[in-house]
Amino acid sequence: MLKRVLFESRWLPYALLAPQILIVFVFFYWPTGQALFWSFTLEPPFGGAATWVGLRNFGDILASGEYWQAAVNTAVFALATTVVSLVLGLLFAIFADRGLRGLAIYKTGIIWPYAVAAPAAAVVWQYIFQPSVGYFGILNLVWPGIWNPLLNGTHAMIMVIAVSCWLSVTFNFVFFLAGLQAIPNSLVEAAALDGAGPVRRWFDLVFPLISPTFFLLIVLNVAISFTEGFGVIHVMTQGGPGNATEILVYKIYRDGFVGLDFSSSSAQSVILMGLVVVLTLTQFLLIERKIHYAGDDKGTRR
Amino acid sequence: MPEVEFDRVEKTFGGTRVLHGVSLDIAQGAFAVILGPSGCGKSTLLRMLAGLERVSAGEVRLNGRRMNDVAAKDRDLAMVFQNYALYPHMTVAENLGYALKVARVPRTERAARVAEVAATLQLSEMLDRRPGQLSGGQRQRVAMGRAIIRRPRVFLFDEPLSNLDAKLRTQMRIEIKRLHLKQGVTSLFVTHDQVEAMTLADRLVVMNAGRIEQAGTPSEVYHRPASAFVAGFLGTPPMNLIPAEPTADGRAVEVEALGRFVVEGPALPGRAPLIAGLRPEHASRGPGVSLPVEMVEELGNGRLVHLRCGDRLVAVMLPEGDRAPVADRLSIAFDPDRLMLFAADGSALPQRLRAIAVRTHA
Repeated sequence: MLKRVLFESRWLPYALLAPQILIVFVFFYWPTGQALFWSFTLEPPFGGAATWVGLRNFGDILASGEYWQAAVNTAVFALATTVVSLVLGLLFAIFADRGLRGLAIYKTGIIWPYAVAAPAAAVVWQYIFQPSVGYFGILNLVWPGIWNPLLNGTHAMIMVIAVSCWLSVTFNFVFFLAGLQAIPNSLVEAAALDGAGPVRRWFDLVFPLISPTFFLLIVLNVAISFTEGFGVIHVMTQGGPGNATEILVYKIYRDGFVGLDFSSSSAQSVILMGLVVVLTLTQFLLIERKIHYAGDDKGTRR
Repeated sequence: MPEVEFDRVEKTFGGTRVLHGVSLDIAQGAFAVILGPSGCGKSTLLRMLAGLERVSAGEVRLNGRRMNDVAAKDRDLAMVFQNYALYPHMTVAENLGYALKVARVPRTERAARVAEVAATLQLSEMLDRRPGQLSGGQRQRVAMGRAIIRRPRVFLFDEPLSNLDAKLRTQMRIEIKRLHLKQGVTSLFVTHDQVEAMTLADRLVVMNAGRIEQAGTPSEVYHRPASAFVAGFLGTPPMNLIPAEPTADGRAVEVEALGRFVVEGPALPGRAPLIAGLRPEHASRGPGVSLPVEMVEELGNGRLVHLRCGDRLVAVMLPEGDRAPVADRLSIAFDPDRLMLFAADGSALPQRLRAIAVRTHA
């Protein structure tokens, strides 16, 4: 619970909030409002009067097979990235939590990928995954044609998922490690004396206690993978081969900035935004009630 | 055969040795209390028995069986932690029943035992609450219940009362004593609180700097401390320790500010300086040595007078009945037989003392 503060002056709290609200307004609400408006009009690409078309933009999108393909790609991409990077981040954190020698170095080392911008990482990984001259080309020397993300859509999808995971796994690692280290040692010891072995202790004790972290990371990872995949995909595949790696956010970019169809692009943005909001809300409503927050008992103490 | 045995147990933490070969036997059904200042290794000893800390050297045995390499979960011990270590995401009932659940006790029997333990500890009303919704005393009782419900071979208590306020602490102390009298389970209780130690123990073990200073009944340890450390650690206020010098023939002792005393029994060996010990309650107002008064503390059931004695203070307990005013100086008297002698290294000497000449200082 946030601390309540009483201000003597009536305008001071608003003055303190104003800079943030101004920034959020200029860079979020204004463009969002603009996109919302465009999504109901036909916007001429080189300027001029817009024509009001009501819901026709949305109708066209939902009737397009290409759009639904992008939606499926997005679901695959988001689900795989979230699951893989959460599982790996958790595994690394469990290892690190054992209190290894040189933990500080390990922790610093493992957080570095997070500091690398997605496009930069994508460039490096492109060399590694390149089927003829990259490291993965070795596979083709042994089994010719087994790896070719330039032609095979599945390979391309695996490639962008791997790079996205590489980028986000460290972020999850740090959160999981913090969550694990917040569990008092005596709790684990008490469970050991109660007769529970390490695996049992993990599922009965550690997992429920880090569930708030888990939940937060699921929400963040899903939301982020919906939008952040752009950098990786733009550099590595441009949505190809075919439309195999075209996710919703990349299609928005292509339709809007390459195809100059601002109206369709805006309508897609509005749908994507709604989707992220709905998904996040659903996660909160579905999962959150099953989670125990360590601090939440304080408020209800009698 | 003793239930618990420590046999020349040592513990080293990264090159620093914190336990120097501790040997201790605890009989079946005994309530042993390990008392000592913080950092003396008492908790480490307990945790080694629990299996939470590796034994660096020596052996820990339960019922004659070597336990060094047995996992904590297989030792059949229950422990009450200082911070209670309740599972925050489980209700009181789940906390109590967790060990039984792990041991695959059938649901109906589990419920029955949880209800029984909860009734014993007056927790029946709170079975559905989470630990965070309980008061400190209630949490403590849940922690106790979680240990009791398993019917273990040995109870371990790691300073379980130190997070409670004074009133609750006394109450829980009696509760623990009552439980032990009823169930008779061998218990090992670690504390730095001497009142807890004296009242709970039928075997009191005083530890200092990784070694056992003395083990015995509380009365033995109090009345015949084996070392100056034990003498100075037990009692509120603790025993006064005053420098003393033996005479050339070893037949008398000169105690600083208090006077010269004749040694009964064998002559003192050597001329090394000694330490004389006098409990504050063993001296009272009377004709004898007169010392300047430094401070008077009112305790309600008596008064504690601190007297200047050379460069140290000597505490004397005036009983409640003595309401006479205390002026700048106080003349005190005591039975010289009550004086204890310790060698310079702290070990107790068997010699008793008898007064010959009590000097009065200016």
